[in-house]
Amino acid sequence: MEVHHPTSLPDALRAVAAGATPLAGGTDLMVEINFGHVLPDHVVGLRRVEELKSWEDSRIGAGVTWRRIDEHGPKALAEAARTVGSPQIRNAGTIGGNVATASPAGDGLPFLAAVDASIELASPTSARHLLWSDFFVGVKQTAKASDELIVAVRLPERLPSRQAFGKIGVRNAMVIATVGCVVTRDDDGETTVALGSVAPTPMRAHRAEEMISAETSPSGSALAEFQRLVSEEVRPITDHRSTEEYRRHAAGVLARRLLERCLR
Amino acid sequence: MTARTEKRSSRVDEGIGESAPRPDGIAKLKGEFEYAQDQWVEGMLWGATTRSPHPHARVLSIDVAPALAIGGVHAVLTADDVPGRASFGLEHSDQPVLAGERVNFWGEPVAVVAAEDDATARRAAAAVVVEYERLEPLTDPEDADSQGEVFRRVRIRRGDQSASGSVVIEGFYEVGMQDQAPLGTEAGLAVPDGHGGVDLYATSQFVHADHEQVVASLGLRPDQVRAHPAGIGGAFGAREDVNLHIHLCLLALHTGQPVKMVYHRSESFTGHVHRHPARMWYRHEADEEGNLVRVRAKISIDGGAYASTTAAVLANACYFAVGPYNCESVSVDGVGTRTNNPPCGAMRGFGAVQACFAHEAQMDRLADVLGMDPLELRRKNALESGDPMPTTGQVIETPLPTVEVIDSLAAMPIPEESERAGLPGGSGLTTEEHHVVRGIGYAMGIKNLGFSEGFDDFAQARVLLTPGGAIVETAAIEVGQGLVTVLAQIARSAMGVSRAEVRHVDTSRIDSAGSTSASRQTQMSGGATLQASSRLRARILEHFAGDDLNDDGVWRDGELVVPMSRVTDEKWEETVTFRHPPTSPPDDDGQGVVHADFALAAHRAVVDVDPELGLVTVVRVDTAQDVGKALNPQSVIGQIEGGIMQGVGLAVMEELILEDGVIRNPNFTDYLLPTILDAPDVEALLIEQEGSWGPFGAKGVGEPPTISSTAAVVAAIRDATGRALTRVPVRPQDIAL
Amino acid sequence: MMVSFTLNGSPATGRVERPVSLLDFLRDELEVTGSKSACEQGECGSCSVILDGVVVCSCLVMAADVEGSSVTTVEGLESEETLNAVQRAMHETGAVQCGFCTPGIVVAATDLFSHNPSPTTVEIKEALAGNICRCTGYGAIIRAFETLAEESA
Repeated sequence: MEVHHPTSLPDALRAVAAGATPLAGGTDLMVEINFGHVLPDHVVGLRRVEELKSWEDSRIGAGVTWRRIDEHGPKALAEAARTVGSPQIRNAGTIGGNVATASPAGDGLPFLAAVDASIELASPTSARHLLWSDFFVGVKQTAKASDELIVAVRLPERLPSRQAFGKIGVRNAMVIATVGCVVTRDDDGETTVALGSVAPTPMRAHRAEEMISAETSPSGSALAEFQRLVSEEVRPITDHRSTEEYRRHAAGVLARRLLERCLR
Repeated sequence: MTARTEKRSSRVDEGIGESAPRPDGIAKLKGEFEYAQDQWVEGMLWGATTRSPHPHARVLSIDVAPALAIGGVHAVLTADDVPGRASFGLEHSDQPVLAGERVNFWGEPVAVVAAEDDATARRAAAAVVVEYERLEPLTDPEDADSQGEVFRRVRIRRGDQSASGSVVIEGFYEVGMQDQAPLGTEAGLAVPDGHGGVDLYATSQFVHADHEQVVASLGLRPDQVRAHPAGIGGAFGAREDVNLHIHLCLLALHTGQPVKMVYHRSESFTGHVHRHPARMWYRHEADEEGNLVRVRAKISIDGGAYASTTAAVLANACYFAVGPYNCESVSVDGVGTRTNNPPCGAMRGFGAVQACFAHEAQMDRLADVLGMDPLELRRKNALESGDPMPTTGQVIETPLPTVEVIDSLAAMPIPEESERAGLPGGSGLTTEEHHVVRGIGYAMGIKNLGFSEGFDDFAQARVLLTPGGAIVETAAIEVGQGLVTVLAQIARSAMGVSRAEVRHVDTSRIDSAGSTSASRQTQMSGGATLQASSRLRARILEHFAGDDLNDDGVWRDGELVVPMSRVTDEKWEETVTFRHPPTSPPDDDGQGVVHADFALAAHRAVVDVDPELGLVTVVRVDTAQDVGKALNPQSVIGQIEGGIMQGVGLAVMEELILEDGVIRNPNFTDYLLPTILDAPDVEALLIEQEGSWGPFGAKGVGEPPTISSTAAVVAAIRDATGRALTRVPVRPQDIAL
Repeated sequence: MMVSFTLNGSPATGRVERPVSLLDFLRDELEVTGSKSACEQGECGSCSVILDGVVVCSCLVMAADVEGSSVTTVEGLESEETLNAVQRAMHETGAVQCGFCTPGIVVAATDLFSHNPSPTTVEIKEALAGNICRCTGYGAIIRAFETLAEESA
């Protein structure tokens, strides 16, 4: 078994390009290893790479932990951070790992979708960034090439003035989202609504956004219509965590509530 | 020489009635306590298990060669390698040690391997090639019932079967499959003794039952196998049945080396039995004043693939089908089905939990129709000492303070919350104050203590007096409940000495203490310890012609006549086998003295519900519980709070979800256990009415907290939402849609 | 490959041939068994350790990745004879039953009190939200730390 502990980004990228499995906080990869699903014999540990831990304004290094985001992140992303696993998980897990795993239930992903964040990728010979919607392509599937590493998440320089996050789970802490949602509303009324756990990838409810963005001061019936459109647009499934019907209902309710929070 | 020692009070510190600290607490806090998982001996191998990926299939062939070919693998054993009885089981030996011809549930063991390390063993287990012919699994209990695939049917008829009341309530209720989920998974170590025998140190609630089953399947003499109590990380019923015990002994004897095995969590979910899922139909009839006139129930529990304790769980569900209420006309029909679902067996509450959920929902509906306060209805029908059980007709002879329990609970104030526990949805920020509706609900439940239906229920304990103090020897298992604390307290109080410790000994050195289950050890092993201590003290006093014994020695007329050092020059020990009052099997109508003792509790739950999203926070659960005599109040409270939390778990989140016999959530990501942020505040009143046959009048306290807490929480959610909620756990969609 | 790190203040070295977790490495290789394995996926907190100053689940740390790091387990919290304040508080309120979750709770709570000597009840609960206890219902655990917080206030 070969394990690298690079302290610089170029060394880390070289290891990844050579086929090493990237190990960030370990909160997803180690579960796969412990359950015998994967057995990597070539690993690159990323937690000593300072560049990945840097956070400059709207560019959040992939190695920034959820604990730091909870403490310093933009409002709705910090709210999402607080629901990631437990304190132990937030101390280890990173935003880059959440993006890389690309679970439909990834707690940080609805925010990235709501603000149209980009994912910064690099290899020893290339660097590019992809809009979130181009990056997430399916359940736990991304557009990242095998020789690339996620190095940062780029948020827009100016974020919407109002934003709210909510996550439904049947336990008060440490729970996989049944539905996750972020709603943002800017001063000009432009509204976004992004959801998790209701489609193969994080998604936006565009028709609901369009309808409500046009309402300068949404009435009760506009809010109800917004809720209805969100419920209509999501594409949830029934699994052991919940049912399609409940997720559809709850997505609409949660989005409406978060919008109400933004309007206050 | 006569000492001029000032005689101390004969009352010892940390005797009964005091909250003595756990003797193993410091070791556990420092990480030094040895659990079964922590055992290690030189040269030991690791075991692992090959399990069926199908709930029902014919085994066509098993090829162990690929596993044996892996370096470091010492043995791969299948059904053909079991030298003795091919099957095991607590009540009926119907479960194959290793499946040879057919697998009957998902995860059933087919082969076991021993290798030089854990990872190699697991890899080898996965490398065993088993060819299966898949068969249609039988997973619907109703189909099983109609096909006659049943472990037991119970029929109870008492009183006038044509009685009727003017108020009729009918309902259908369901309970999902809960798991005990003790934090310590199954683990053990088997060490060959070099003479064809073996020593087993494994997680267990009942080492003598393990011993018997290991001996039978290994084809050995009883003296060739010694089952030792090991360090246990919780149990709650999951460790009554054999799982890895026979496998470990087989591997150890086959390889001639010690073998250790530790289940992973997902394996643990298939490796032990679960709480029986239940479907229950009820019809209550009452008069206009609210007196129960007739109760009818049909109870179906699914035992899964093998018998385990299904027959006893079913009987319990039926015997306690009415709850702690008087009723002169009762009929109950119960069935425990055999399917290709995971085997179910003992879990805290043992059948009474399922019935309680149904009978308490019925009582609330009845109160509602009658326009009565729910507690008033319960008090009006309260079953008390001297009354016949509504189901079996057995007259209750030990104290049963039902009315006092109800009144005490009713009188408990609901405190203003100083610091809000949190809104429904918790850290998910789904819910604001104005979305929340509060609900309050009540429930009460009753259950037997100790084994029933004529089972020869006994516990042996040995008490020794040594220079270091009293020693209690027992094979009774400490699972975390504090038996080691309370037996020492009993010995201190009964002997009059301040130092006492509990020493676990193996099956060759003492007779059975019975299972650490059925809330029975404080009464049973406690009873044996009390009698042995008292007899030993009496013998010592008689021998030295004294009238008192304490740490200093034997006293006579206020003077120390024999110092302790001289008392313990001789060997002092007393062994007692304690039996509770006898019970008998029921007659054809389910009538008879089938239980030895009873205990009850009542719960009041306060919940906050977000009805639109169907999210619930259990704010507080208050309780009054019939404990006989609290031998260690802190431990009793610990049992109550822990039991309530498991009841809350069943009410709102804990369920093993099956799909065609396959568990979809065998892990802690998806089998949700309550966290500290889900824990309600608990206030408990201990109702002490001494008079039970337990030591100092004590009753078992472990199960009542789990029995009616679930029903109380659901009653509170009904109160908040107006929903019928006839199934637990209550899921968000059950409330919101 | 060999891994060298600081374990409970002393140098520790061991051989790692597979991507095993720090938890398995501690327990099976170094025979330091205070940290417990109960879920293998970071959902119970029984394996909590302090890694380079923060509490993490050691089942989710790759052993090979602790090279040069500092790890503190329950065994490293106090001298052999004494209990630390967190342990003493738990002992007094009866916060230990089966004890399988206890080492993880001791580690997480020791970390909490080292940063925040008088936490509120909500802060106590939030800090321990990743530590499942199946026996106590948490009541005695909360009382232990509320008492300790009052003493420290």
